[in-house]
Order: sequence, then C-alpha cells, then structure tokens
Amino acid sequence: MTDNLGAQVEAAAPTQPVTAMTLQGSASQWKLMWWQFRRHKMAMASLVVLLLILIVAAFCEFIAPFPADAFTPRFTYAPPQRVHLFDRDESGGLVWRPYVNGYKVTIDPVALRRTFVIDEAVKYPIGFLVPSDPYPMWGGVFMPETKLIGPLHKGDPVFLLGADRLGRDLFSRIVYGTRISMSIGLIGVTLSLVLGIVLGGISGYKGGWVDNVIQRVIEFILSLPTTPLWLGLAAAMPSNWPPLRIYFAITIILSLIGWTNLARVIRGKFLSLRTEDFVTAARLDGASEPRIIFRHMAPSFFSHIIAEISLAIPAMILAETALSFLGLGLQPPIVSWGVLLQEAQNIRAISTAPWLFTPGLAVVVTVLALNFVGDGLRDAADPYRQ
Amino acid sequence: MTVASTDVPADTVVEVRNLSTWFDTGRHVLKAVDGINLTLRRGRTLCVVGESGSGKSITARSILNIVPKPGRIVGGEVLLHAPGSKPGVLNLAALDPKGRRIRAIRGRDISMIFQEPMASLSPVHTIGQQIVEAIRLHRPLSKAEARARAIEVLAQVKIPRPERAVNRYPFEFSGGMRQRAMTAMALVCEPRLVIADEPTTALDVTTQAEILDLMKSLQAQNGMALMFITHDMGVVAEIADDVAVMYHGKVVEQGPVHQIFAAPQHPYTQRLLSSVLALESRSAKAGLAPKPTQDDAILDVTGLTMIFQPRRSFFSRKSKDEPVKALDNVDFTLKRGEILGIVGESGSGKTTLGRCVMRILQPTGGHILFKPRAEPATDLAGLPLKAVKPAWSKMRMIFQDPFSSLNPRMTVLQVIAEPLRNNFGLSPKALEQRVAELLERVGLPREAMWRYPHAFSGGQRQRIGIARAIALKPELIIADEATSALDVSLRAQVLDLLLDLVRELSISFIFIGHDIGVIRYMCDRVVVMHGGKIVESGPTDQVCDYPQHPYTQSLISAIPKPDPNLRGTTKRIRYIEAPAAT
Repeated sequence: MTDNLGAQVEAAAPTQPVTAMTLQGSASQWKLMWWQFRRHKMAMASLVVLLLILIVAAFCEFIAPFPADAFTPRFTYAPPQRVHLFDRDESGGLVWRPYVNGYKVTIDPVALRRTFVIDEAVKYPIGFLVPSDPYPMWGGVFMPETKLIGPLHKGDPVFLLGADRLGRDLFSRIVYGTRISMSIGLIGVTLSLVLGIVLGGISGYKGGWVDNVIQRVIEFILSLPTTPLWLGLAAAMPSNWPPLRIYFAITIILSLIGWTNLARVIRGKFLSLRTEDFVTAARLDGASEPRIIFRHMAPSFFSHIIAEISLAIPAMILAETALSFLGLGLQPPIVSWGVLLQEAQNIRAISTAPWLFTPGLAVVVTVLALNFVGDGLRDAADPYRQ
Repeated sequence: MTVASTDVPADTVVEVRNLSTWFDTGRHVLKAVDGINLTLRRGRTLCVVGESGSGKSITARSILNIVPKPGRIVGGEVLLHAPGSKPGVLNLAALDPKGRRIRAIRGRDISMIFQEPMASLSPVHTIGQQIVEAIRLHRPLSKAEARARAIEVLAQVKIPRPERAVNRYPFEFSGGMRQRAMTAMALVCEPRLVIADEPTTALDVTTQAEILDLMKSLQAQNGMALMFITHDMGVVAEIADDVAVMYHGKVVEQGPVHQIFAAPQHPYTQRLLSSVLALESRSAKAGLAPKPTQDDAILDVTGLTMIFQPRRSFFSRKSKDEPVKALDNVDFTLKRGEILGIVGESGSGKTTLGRCVMRILQPTGGHILFKPRAEPATDLAGLPLKAVKPAWSKMRMIFQDPFSSLNPRMTVLQVIAEPLRNNFGLSPKALEQRVAELLERVGLPREAMWRYPHAFSGGQRQRIGIARAIALKPELIIADEATSALDVSLRAQVLDLLLDLVRELSISFIFIGHDIGVIRYMCDRVVVMHGGKIVESGPTDQVCDYPQHPYTQSLISAIPKPDPNLRGTTKRIRYIEAPAAT
C-alpha cells in the first residue's frame, strides 16, 4: 500500500521534483520483523519461557539448591514436598514465612522399602539468597557462598521435585541438566549451521555438477534411518573416554547428521536470489563475488536462517535426549535431561516415583517453546512480502 | 459525476450505489473504494480507468463480493436487476460472501475475466473440464450436453479446432489462447454482465488487438453488459461506450467516451489524457537525431547468436528437448550519442539481446565490438567474465522491474553508492556528496538516501535505478523495458528525464521495449525483432509511419489509438509467419 500512496503523491505533483514523501516504511528490517513477531502471541510467551530457560542454563550452580551429585541415602525416592508460603505465628496470625514439612520415614521390613509420610510437625524454613557451602561457579571462576533458593539452615532436607534412587535432589539435577541439554542443542546447531551454510551456499551459488554431488550426498544422508546411525556412531566411541570428550563427540555426531536440512534451505535461498535483478545489478556495479554473497545476498536470508535455527535446536535436544535415554549418549556423572530420564526406565519408577518423569516435562516445555519461537520468527522473517 | 437516479432505464443490469470498500490493517484504514456510483447497461461497455492503486480492481471484486482480506464492503449497494432472469432487484453487497445465494449469481448472472490467464486457470484440469464444471454448477445438464456446450462456446471465442482444444491443458495454450479460453468460461452461462479486469495487460499488442476484437463481436452477439478495467487509454478509445475515471478510490469523472476524450473536466483526467497523447509523437526534447559521421560507432554487433541448451538430466548425456535459438545472427550498429530502440513482442529475443551485449549472458557466437572513447575497441563476446568487468563501468543497465532491481535490504545511499565504491573507492563523505547530487539530478530530494527502497513508489524507484546507472558517467546505457512497469501517467516523465540525461551527458542509449509509443517518443532509430532475428531497422519515423516488413506492419496496426473517433479506421494486418521461418 505504501507504494500506492507514494504513487499518488508523485502523480499529484508531476512537474516539480518530489519533495513530499510518506513517512511509512522507513523502519529497518529488524524493527519490522520485531513488530510482526510481537503479533504472534504464542511466540511472545514462548520467547519469555525460552529466556528463563537460558538464564537457568547460564546460572545453574547459583539456582540449584544443591550440587548435582550431593546425595543423602536416608532420602532415596523421597517424594516432592509442598511449599507452604504462609505460617502461623505464635499469636495464630498468618505471616510470610515459606517452609516445607519434613518426612517421617518408616522402613517396610519385608520389602526393605522406605515409606515417606509428610510430618506436619517438622517445618524447614526456606528462602531466597540463602547461605551455603562455597561452590565453584562457572567451573571455578569464583566461589560464592549464596544460593538463589534453598533451606535457611544448611543441611535441612528440601526436595522440591523429590529425590532419586540415591537420594539426590531432582530439582537441582534438572537445573544442571538444562545447561548440558541446551548447550548440546546450541553447539550442535552452530556446527550444523557452518556445514549447512558452506555446503548449501556452494551448492546454490555454483550450481552445475557441484550442486548435483552435494544434493545427492544430502539425499543419501537423509535416507539413512537416523536412530540406528546415531547408535552405531555412539557405540563406536571408546568406553574409556572421559565424559567431557564424550560430550563433544556426541555433539559432533548430532551435527554431522543435522546439517542437511539447513543446507537445503540455504541452497534454495541462493537459487532464488541468484536470478533476482538486484544481484545482477550488483554484478554490473563491479562488486566482487564475496561482496555479492555477503553484502547483497546474505541480508535477504539471514532472518530465514535464524528461524530455521530455532526450529533445528529442538531436534538436537530431542536427539541427545533419545541417545542418552538409551544409554549411548552422555554418561554419568554428566547430567543431562536424557541421562536423568534413564532413571525412569523401569516399572518401579513409574509406580513408586512418578516425579522421575519431570525431566521429560522440561524437554517438552523447551522443545515447544523453541518451536513456537521458530514459527513466529519464520512468519516475521519477511515483513516486505505483505 | 452522475448520481444514479431512482428511475433507472429498463436495460440496467447492475447498479452500484455509494459503494465503499475499506481495508483495515490495524494501523490505518485504507479507503480503496470510497462511495462510488456506476451503472452497467445491457449491450454497453463501461471502461474503468485509473492508475494502479486507484481502486479499479477492488471495485470489480466488490461487485461480485469477493473482496480479499482484510478488505470489507462497509457501505453502499450493488443492485442486480432481475437476478436469474426473474423480476426483482437483489443487493449483492448485503449477501454473505460465502453463501449459496451469491454463489448462484457468480458465473450465471455476472462473471469475471482476470488479468493473468495462467494463474486463473487450473493447471491440472483440461480446459474442457473447467468449462463443464462452470456449466454444471448453474445448469442441470448432463456431462455430454455440457461438453457439447463447451465446444460450442470455444468455437464462439474462435479457438481453432474446439473439439480438440477441449481436451487440452492450459499450459499447452499460448497467452492469447488462454485468455480466449478464460473468456469462453466466463461466457458459457450467458451472463448479463462480464467484468474483465485488465484482460489484455499481460498480452502482446497483436494478441491484445485480437482479444479486443473478440470481445466487441461477442458483445454484439450476446448483448451482455461489459465492465472493462484498464489503465490504457488506447484500449479505452478502442472499446468503451462509457468511461469512469477512478482516482484515489473515487470516481472523479464519468461520461460517454467521446465526451471524456474531447472535453475532459477533471484535472486528473486531463493529465491522464495529455500524458497518453504525449506518447503519440516524438518528444520535443528528443531533438534532431545526431548526424552520424563515418565510423563513429560505439557498439558494433555482428552475427550475434545465442542458443539456450536445455537442461541435461543427471544421468543422461543427451537431452530430449531441442536447443532454443533466442538470437539468430543479429547485426546492428549503434552510433555515438544515438538513441536506438529495439522493439518486439515477448519471445522475440530483445531482452536476450540486451543481456548478451551487457555480457550478463554468454553469447554462443558472434562479435560485440565495444569502442569507448580514448580506449581501444574490445570484442566483449569472446572475453572471459573477469575481463569484461572494466567495460561494465562504461556501459550500464536500467532494469525493467523497479521492485526487484533494488536490493530491499539496502538504503538508497548504499544502492547508488555501490558502483562508485567498487570502481573508485571514494571516502564515505565523498560518496554521500556524490549520491546527493545524483538524487537531485533525477528529481528526488537528497534526504531520500536514508530510506529503504520500499518507501518509494514505482516511478521514484525507477529514478533511483537511473541514478545508479548514471553514477559512473557511462558512455552507453541499455534500458530493458524501463518504463513498462510504470503507470502511463508516469511514463512520459521518466522518459523525459532519460532524454535530458542522455543528451546532457552525451550517452549512447539502447531502449528495449514492446511499446511503439515509448519507442517513437524518444528513439532516433528503431530495430524490429521477431523470432530472434532483426526483421526491419531504420529511422524511427520511417519505421513507424511506413513499415516495410509485414511483421512490423501487423505490429503497428495492432496498437490501439487513443482517439475514439479513429475507432475502426485502421485496417488490421495479420502477420502469418512463413513455414520456413519457424
């Protein structure tokens, strides 16, 4: 519509140079994209969720009440505790004093199983920014002695999402798992992106037999069933590797398979842009090949690539989770959501400790949030084509 | 402006009263159609003219109640007299757009012909299937009867061998044939009103002339009312009985065609007519053609041939398709300071010729001798792409589509500065200064450099494209259909600007186009192309007024004259190619 308005202005003053111009359409592409994105309600909500998840991943040591490997054998399979926000004071009035109740533990002599009953009489006060033992933040950059949330008195048993087989706090472990699972997604996609841009770009820009070869390779990789392929590659890793090396190896395995879709998208963009008049014009303007690609063509599909990336991350996260769940991905003591879900593999877990599924919930929420954000970005990517 | 009176003539088919269609985009409301009145009468043709964005198409769609979202008919009436041949008056604007009642009207009482016949015919159904469906939606006929009717109506629109054509798919038809099939589909239920939305804009002039002839004869035969939407005053003069001029969503002037052409009242109509009439003769600015001196050619093209090889599939060495010969031994010479027009219909090879000379395409054979001042002549045809690069600063190109030729992600400053940066490496300050000069030279304010191209209209964008072309002070400019994407009222302005620049900077100029009017307006010499060959060349006046080759004659005779008094005076010449030439 902008063009029509402009045309009328021009037609109204045909003889003089055009001085009056409409003020519309002066916004840059990122601004237009943001306006369009904001109209997608689900995507906006998901963006907030996603930002929270990323904050958790970045500050997991500070947010988790306990270290990931701290265990208390007394509380194996302890159920989640309800958080009470208000307490009665001496005179019987309600006061803001969050606490959780303690457990009464009885051991079944036949099954040798612990049974937990909430003990209303015991109250463990909890709060924000509580003191704790010093712990290394970001691999030991500094040693803070404060946690975001936790028991006011060090050593009180607080299991917001219950405890696992060894009496480890599941909430803390999910928080730690966020960092590993998200970073596998991000690093894996970055690697895929590099492969995808280079190979897809060459394929689309050069065309001819190069394009043919790369496309056939992509089709070959896509035709392989992915799960057995991952399993094969993961099984080929020596079992005596340290966990950190396994972590990187898994990331590389995932991205070696994940680049194909990105490469296809980028090739398609190159193919459609290659014939655009403005690219021909840039060539006639004497621009060099790299300048044509990076200055003239790339800005037109950057937004699309961002959208594609946000849709590719969930696939990575799911792949890592699946591999780890099957026991072929990351190995303890590294904590990822997939590793945590290994605990929920047997019937006993389902019947006695259903809270062991909560890492699965974290996966679902993250994947959905990323998908919605990706959808919103894809819709917003082309504000000019309306 | 006439207001529909209450006592309507008996032959009224559709009456549009106070119709308003608005587009509410959330941020602002666009009044695409703003309180218009029209009367469509049996056996008469109403032409609705106006430039793009004036609301012509939305008016047509509002009559059928098929307004695209977020548009909405917000007021007024569309009164259909005697719907389904029963007495009474029906207000179409008040019906549910998806309801049964309006669907019964569409195709039976009122039908529509669209601009782009390929896009409005289904590619996966035969022409016959599509026409049969249109019939059986409205009439209780058996499949065989409907098919017979389809063949009959295809014969009526003069499609050769209709009993065979009925089984063809749209892609097997040429553009003109498709538009005929579309017309057949619109006519098959004998509607009393046919709305044609720019049905000839996408067609070549010769095909356009045939479709216009066809519509006139069909109207004489069936006596339907015709609402014809166009932006071309030549077409209006050719076909209209009444004219409604639209501007800014309003009908600014309405009346019989002779009255509109002889005594236009509204300033917009006057301007529209004068810009059309300006293109009827050579521009005063063009001046005399420069005297050609001996061997003062800047460009010497000999034996230029371009053969497009069909795509070979991955595994086979040979391809099934024949190679396409887009240019066949083309010779021409461009003198220094001359404006040469290359004219032809789509598929004649004129665009390929321009792109081969620029070396955007690698010609298969021949020579392109380019002789810039103070430099030795080079044969561009044989050079590797790297060696052509220096020549690109001496010869520049103006593109057809002002929307796709400017990078949407770059500001106007970046767009115009691009050739300067790459060739001279000026400082940012100097670049800005030079771009400001260039913008002012093409009639845009210097502040325009900070905006993105989508903030500008088509005409303004084309000015930006011109500024980019002249930035390097070139010696040769090739303009490929530089004005065909613009509204008629803007064409003359852009052409005048080009003429000024060409004479001022003594640039040699090749103007590629299909519009004889534009060519005559500015070119010194014309080359007529057909089927990849040059069929005629010579001074513009001579070729336009006394065409020698039969193809040129047919081309010139097909151009609609913007004067209703001349209607039917020009004899149409049909060019039928000799079999040997194909």
